[in-house]
Amino acid sequence: MATAVKNGVPGIVGECGGNLSCATCHVYVDEDFLTRVGPPGDLEDDMLDLGVADRRATSRLSCQIKVAEALEGLIVECPEEQP
Amino acid sequence: MTGGALIVGASHAGVQLAVSLRDYGYDEAITLVGAEPRPPYQRPPLSKAFLAGTADVASLELRTPAFYAERRIDVLSAERVTRLQLSPAAARGSGTALTDRGRTLAFDRLALTVGARPRRLDLPGADLDGVCYLRVVDDAARIRAHLTPARDVVVIGGGFIGLETAAVVRSEGKNVTVVEAAERLIARSVAPMISRFYQQAHTRRGTDVRHSAEVAEIHGAHGRVTGVRLTDGTLLPADLVVVGVGVVPRTELAEQLGLLCDGGVVVDEFARTSEPSVVAAGDCTVMPNPLTGEGRVRLESTPNAACQARVAAATLAGKPQPYTDVPWFWSDQYDLKLQIAGVTNGYDQLVVRGDPDRERFSVLYYRRGDLLAINAVNSAPDYLAVRKALASGTPLPVDQAAISDVPLKELLMRASAPH
Repeated sequence: MATAVKNGVPGIVGECGGNLSCATCHVYVDEDFLTRVGPPGDLEDDMLDLGVADRRATSRLSCQIKVAEALEGLIVECPEEQP
Repeated sequence: MTGGALIVGASHAGVQLAVSLRDYGYDEAITLVGAEPRPPYQRPPLSKAFLAGTADVASLELRTPAFYAERRIDVLSAERVTRLQLSPAAARGSGTALTDRGRTLAFDRLALTVGARPRRLDLPGADLDGVCYLRVVDDAARIRAHLTPARDVVVIGGGFIGLETAAVVRSEGKNVTVVEAAERLIARSVAPMISRFYQQAHTRRGTDVRHSAEVAEIHGAHGRVTGVRLTDGTLLPADLVVVGVGVVPRTELAEQLGLLCDGGVVVDEFARTSEPSVVAAGDCTVMPNPLTGEGRVRLESTPNAACQARVAAATLAGKPQPYTDVPWFWSDQYDLKLQIAGVTNGYDQLVVRGDPDRERFSVLYYRRGDLLAINAVNSAPDYLAVRKALASGTPLPVDQAAISDVPLKELLMRASAPH
């Protein structure tokens, strides 16, 4: 999220700066990367459940995805709208 | 520069305003000028991760240099606007700004996003080395530097800044005393039971919390702080004092322009000042309560800065949209996540869900049976449900909300289901 926002990637807002308080950094992780990215944590799960318009199995809050070597080439899709 | 938009103040509101101007299709020059000697950066981490040493300065930047360049947003740092003048003979809203570098910046549109400055202590010893405020990154860095060798820390002020600082400092094993002048903590923003919860939460973790306690003077030796003496005579040893006693909006430039100020620059729901061609956003403003349209509130939060800046940009771009977002806020202290939505003013009833003793609960504020706000501690589902309810105008009746076993989400869905 931080990288996306600082570089102006449209569609990822990150209003709370990565504090699990807004859910405006919602993305759909490309299926090929899902296992590597991992499932959401408990608080993130709560936020996804109520905070986003169209939750899917591939939903993650991008502020909780830490960029690492293993995620090289990561593809995410932005939802139609952020909350 | 000649013409274009001038945004005075380059922090959260200023940056968002510049970004939103482009989003709304504004194509003229945009100049964003800030007094600090660094590019715009985030404030909330200064009392959290940055203070704790888990985030560095580079991580705080709000946008990359390339971001501004791509959008033709000219960011001027280490430059302060000292004079503003509107040009009555020219197009409404245009004028010139003089900076402390002696430059004159002409503008067609003006936005004030100058924020607020920390209220200073006016006491003997307040200028001693080791007495610190917390508003800008240099402040936080200074506190960090003093913190490492410190043993006893006194935090003056039991609001969010004071308590977040106390939490970081206590987590590093220092002796911490919080000195609060009012009868309870965070008195301006939360109900007494939330104040009580935080007093207990901090005390439980080893912090000494003192209410109705005022500082008489700060003691020092060789120019450095050694202790804090309270008006009741108590002397608290201190190697470091952090002061968080509120902020004072910067209204000097607005006053120069003859704009109405009342505890901040007065703006309407379109972020327009009393001179409608000039807008203001963020911590420097007071505005009508966004949910009721009544009164004047100052919403000291980054979510407000962002929302109000968007509204201000829309106004300047000629596509006015009123401020309708539900105000929200968060505070992180230890493992306690506080999430606030709505505005509590005028509440006459509280509903408690969950268990404060397990540090997982929420308090819903009502007025005449109408939901106003929520303070949720480690209860994100409640927070989100109330935020949604407030945004959509969906009622969450008191008697139903009081049943902790039923998730508020269910009440929301029931209420919005077609009959």
